Amino acid sequence: MNFEYTFHWRPVMRKLPDLLEASLVTLQISVLSMIIGITLGMVLALLRMNGPKPLAWIASVWVETARNTPALFQLFFFSFGLGAFGMHLTPYLIVLFGLTFNNAGYLAENFRGGFQAVPDTQLRAARSLGMSAWQSYTRIIIPQVFRIVYHPMTNQLVWAVLMSSLAMIVGFRELAGETQALAFKTFRIFEYFAVAALIYYAMVKFILGISRLIAWRMFRY
Amino acid sequence: MIEIKGLHKYFGDLHVLKGIDLTVKKGEVLSIIGASGSGKSTLLYCINGLEAIQQGEVLVDGVSVHAKGTNLNQLRTKMGMVFQQFNSFPHLTALENVALAPKIVKGKSKAEAKEIARAQLQHVGLGDKFDSYPSALSGGQQQRLAIARALAMEPSYMLFDEATSALDPELVGEVLDTMRLLAEEGMTMICVTHEMGFARDVSDRVAFFHQGIMEEIGPPKQIFSEPKSEHTAKFLANVR
Amino acid sequence: MNEPISFFSGFGPKDLWFLAQAAWQTLLISALSISTGTLLGVFFGWILSESKIVGAITLGLILDAFRSIPLIIQLVLFYNLFNVLGLAISPFWAGVVILAVYTSALVANVARGGIEAVGAPMRRAGRSLGLSYVQTMQHVVWPIGLRAVFPSWVGVALGVLKDSALVSVLGHPELLKVARDLITRTQQPLLVLAVAGAFYFALSYPISRYAAHLERKWQS
Repeated sequence: MNFEYTFHWRPVMRKLPDLLEASLVTLQISVLSMIIGITLGMVLALLRMNGPKPLAWIASVWVETARNTPALFQLFFFSFGLGAFGMHLTPYLIVLFGLTFNNAGYLAENFRGGFQAVPDTQLRAARSLGMSAWQSYTRIIIPQVFRIVYHPMTNQLVWAVLMSSLAMIVGFRELAGETQALAFKTFRIFEYFAVAALIYYAMVKFILGISRLIAWRMFRY
Repeated sequence: MIEIKGLHKYFGDLHVLKGIDLTVKKGEVLSIIGASGSGKSTLLYCINGLEAIQQGEVLVDGVSVHAKGTNLNQLRTKMGMVFQQFNSFPHLTALENVALAPKIVKGKSKAEAKEIARAQLQHVGLGDKFDSYPSALSGGQQQRLAIARALAMEPSYMLFDEATSALDPELVGEVLDTMRLLAEEGMTMICVTHEMGFARDVSDRVAFFHQGIMEEIGPPKQIFSEPKSEHTAKFLANVR
Repeated sequence: MNEPISFFSGFGPKDLWFLAQAAWQTLLISALSISTGTLLGVFFGWILSESKIVGAITLGLILDAFRSIPLIIQLVLFYNLFNVLGLAISPFWAGVVILAVYTSALVANVARGGIEAVGAPMRRAGRSLGLSYVQTMQHVVWPIGLRAVFPSWVGVALGVLKDSALVSVLGHPELLKVARDLITRTQQPLLVLAVAGAFYFALSYPISRYAAHLERKWQS
């Protein structure tokens, strides 16, 4: 085995600020796609459970596509696919829409399970106190659903951070994209990707830590 | 006053209530007994508007429950309901469980709602459990919490749907005592129950339901010692 | 695939064949990495459940890293490491190896959960009946644990099937890479994506349905 490669870490360290800045972009786009994804996922779950037929069907197609095709495929849809309609999204929007589409699909199934786990009698009890349907859902049912889906939701956020790295394929410069751009400019591919791996690892641990903290503050029962 | 006139209720093809006529006056305590499936719980849900009806009418203080223009949410605040499953809200403390509806349905201020909640929890003997979550309460305590929650809306009527059926035997007493207390205070109550002792001792009238029909109604003494219907006699012979 | 390719021609029957071949590549990569990854993962899971302290600290930490770093980063990183070390390895095999390790990290967690789900009391019961360690594992832990973890394992397997699309970054012509090339040539993105998506769906959906069916059957 001829081992000719020498590792050079210094150039990577010089670019560390750029990588850290790019990792903030990763966090930002992941969190944003989660916030929109939670809202849409909730709507999809409700539509699938008791929406009118055509809407329930659309929701099902959304959920099953998100869950049964690669995330990268979904990104391609928002880049080439929409391109066929003459819609050319910016790389940022391609990644945001792709992540959101995927998050919403997975979360919808989690929410559906959550809604089914809250007994019907809770709704009856709330209504018997004179609460409107809206009040019953927002004050009684949905808080309980959130408790049930909290851990799957945290996992989905972690997954969103990992998935956002696909951005490097569609040319958006979050952490993975920035890493790739710098790495191929300098040919220090291994070094750059090793540092990026460490940053991802730290981000995931950070998210899990925060999530545990929030759970401890929020779920006292 | 609650007036029920010619009430029919179907679940699909199943005819659950077959023409019920019944009037419950202010201050009265009515117990409804009968085998399970006789339609007695469904009657409570119809009175409260949680179930639609197919024929007839239910009037609460002269307002028709199932009429189109009726504000059901408002009307329901007049009727407190206690269920077989305790249905305490698991994500709220005892105090929050009781204070929520006064705040968001009746528009009371936070402080007022809390004041009401404290008073009602003390009323049912849970004065030391304000900050406990339901998961930390026994079944009997959860059921008393449910009673306090209903009372916090200052209802004119209380509907009890087999409030003690899901309880361990040793916890039944504390809930019955609370119901007895309400009766003594003059609350108008309709209690679907399997507790014959409670029906006999506390109620002003007892109604016996059989297969969707109100077989007979009368003072407890008469129902329990000289029932007119053979179905009633048979049922009572079996439960005793 | 050696014939000259005419640029910017429409999507023809031959292209459907290309995609089918690419889907076969996807299936091959997935099957190889899921099977080896599962074997490895079960072994790791067993180590994790048996040696709480040493296992959790060393192996647990390493496997956790594989779960916390994007697969695409792992692929580029290790493919380059292989090159740096002078190991001549094709993108296909590099993809299989990396996916297998990634799978094993996911399966290890599932397997450990399964072994722990069976619980110490149940195992003691097995041992108290006079069964040996191996017999207890074989007749008690495995059958019960397997049912407990099967749904999660299917989830992992389906995930890896979809994640195998990322091997395209190493240049191997799996389904999504070929689809992308076809889009460039035919300029018919919707059609190509629809066909590629249908292939993924056809691989993934029946498995997930069947798993859900099995799960229901076992629960009742």
